[in-house]
Amino acid sequence: MAELVLDGLTKHYPDGAVAVRGVDLTIGDGEFVILVGPSGCGKSTTLNMIAGLEDITAGTLRIGGRVVNDLAPKDRDIAMVFQSYALYPHMTVRQNMGFALRLARTDKAEIARKVEEAARILDLTDHLERRPAQLSGGQRQRVAMGRAIVRAPKAFLMDEPLSNLDAQLRVRMRTQIARLQRRLGTTTVYVTHDQVEAMTLGDRVVVMRGGVVQQVGAPQELYDHPVNLFVAGFIGSPAMNVLDATLENGALRTALGELPLPDGLRQQLERADAPRRVVVGIRPEHFEDAALLEHPRGGRTVTVGVEVVESVGSDVFAHFTVGTVGTVGAVGTVGAVGTVEGGREMVARIGTATRAAEGRPLELWVDTGRLHVFDPSTGATLTRPGR
Amino acid sequence: MNANARRSAGWTVVNLVVVLYALFPVWWIAALSFKDPSTLTDGDFVPRRWTLENYRGIFRTSEFTRALLNSVGIAVIATTIAVALGTMAAYAVARLRFPGKRLLIGMSLLIAMFPPISLVSPLFDIERVLGLFDTWPGLIIPYMTFSLPLAIYTLSAFFREIPWDLEKAARVDGATPWQAFRLVIAPLAAPGVFTTGILVFIFCWNDFLFAISLTSTRAARTVPAAIAFFTGSSQFQQPTGSIAAAAMVITVPIVVFVLLFQRRIVAGLTAGAVKG
Repeated sequence: MAELVLDGLTKHYPDGAVAVRGVDLTIGDGEFVILVGPSGCGKSTTLNMIAGLEDITAGTLRIGGRVVNDLAPKDRDIAMVFQSYALYPHMTVRQNMGFALRLARTDKAEIARKVEEAARILDLTDHLERRPAQLSGGQRQRVAMGRAIVRAPKAFLMDEPLSNLDAQLRVRMRTQIARLQRRLGTTTVYVTHDQVEAMTLGDRVVVMRGGVVQQVGAPQELYDHPVNLFVAGFIGSPAMNVLDATLENGALRTALGELPLPDGLRQQLERADAPRRVVVGIRPEHFEDAALLEHPRGGRTVTVGVEVVESVGSDVFAHFTVGTVGTVGAVGTVGAVGTVEGGREMVARIGTATRAAEGRPLELWVDTGRLHVFDPSTGATLTRPGR
Repeated sequence: MNANARRSAGWTVVNLVVVLYALFPVWWIAALSFKDPSTLTDGDFVPRRWTLENYRGIFRTSEFTRALLNSVGIAVIATTIAVALGTMAAYAVARLRFPGKRLLIGMSLLIAMFPPISLVSPLFDIERVLGLFDTWPGLIIPYMTFSLPLAIYTLSAFFREIPWDLEKAARVDGATPWQAFRLVIAPLAAPGVFTTGILVFIFCWNDFLFAISLTSTRAARTVPAAIAFFTGSSQFQQPTGSIAAAAMVITVPIVVFVLLFQRRIVAGLTAGAVKG
């Protein structure tokens, strides 16, 4: 167990491509940190640099206070769980889990004891003498976990360990991993492209894009206060709705209609010296069917033409499209997801009592107090409380 | 059911024809090897008087036994070296990015494409100058050279099948690169190494061209070449029987050996299966 310190970690490939640019991150002892981002964002490369499977071009990496830049993976005392599990097919489960200990010349009885203990924790005791080919996907995944935990390493590195499982099993294993990590208290770095995994598992989440860290924070903080359009669009499902808007007399003029800004937001925008043209973000749950609200507190009601209604049991998702107001179209260029040309597809999460129907207009209430406003040229947020 | 039965009967007939066509010459040679000299030319495919005299005959003189020793020694050494070098080269080709990789593959293809006959006379001159002519190394070196491209090709295909992640996992688990290769990669590549070994061995074992051109005495003459020098017991006798017997002796044990080992080794190792 140890603290992991990444200081300006950078990776250049010989062909000139830059995979990771100056990642600064301190991962506390026993902390569970998630690296998340779309494919090609450098999260796996960062993990491989921590593991020692990729050379570090610049910056320093410290594990437990010791600079390990030039150490081979075997000397870093870290364990890794691979997306493919990478179980040794010619060895039994017992040999797979004991391989690291065998390489470390641990006493045979000691190996047996540790492997059996790990097998008990992971419910693999009955499968110890079997080969990986004879196991199911979930069992293989557990063997991969077991191989990491028998060693009691300084840190666990996990590279999308759940992405090869079916949806149901993935949810179960997710809880199991979280529980296991709490129980062992081992520093863990977990890479995923799935923002749900990121939100549910981590103490802290690191959102990356194009090799650059966008934001580091607790899951709720990322959700409530994304620092830029990319994080806003990436965290949350369905994604945040984004619209081009013009800031005029303390109100936002958008394709949805005019959205007046409450005082708090207006002050934040003034403090941030907001430009006239902005991008506004609205989370799907900050809409509501106006008919379901008895006393609309503040906010604003707009009328939209509903195209698709999806009921997921606990909520109803109403999809609609609004035209763009012929402005910059900057939303796409700064990397928000879920946008289309010639209009913005939007989605509202509303109560199940709604009478919304496909092809019919719907009165939607917008919680204007929860709007996010971004600078279209940089994508940075203009609405950050208490700045 | 009926259609099924008819179809399987059809297949049986086709298979039978193919097998008969392929094995008929072998049977012919086998039959010849068991005939005694007086019935050798009677045209029967089943010997009327069975005899082991031909087999006894070839083992009586050292002409054949010495050639057998040469064959086994040269083929085994050439195979071992070719497979060892091929394994390393193939691993590099499959795993590493290095300048000149394409050139290397191209060159090895070039060697494989070259008609060996065009190289025999230069090789003959070179070996005579270097004192390699009519020695074991004189045959081992060309065999190795000509079988290496084959070895690199088949083996690199096998290495490519082995997931990169396994090696990374081994390194994170604390293995040195050599341990990762020896404990993880090599056992998984073993079926490939074995298959390649068989192919290379058969190539060396059956070669006639180099064997006849680069040897002149029993010092290094292998069986295929030695058979060509067989004479009858007397100068009025055809050595047909001896040739047939020698052919059987060098063919049958190899076939049996390969079949047995291939079953055991390849089946045993692929049971764990790469990837899952």
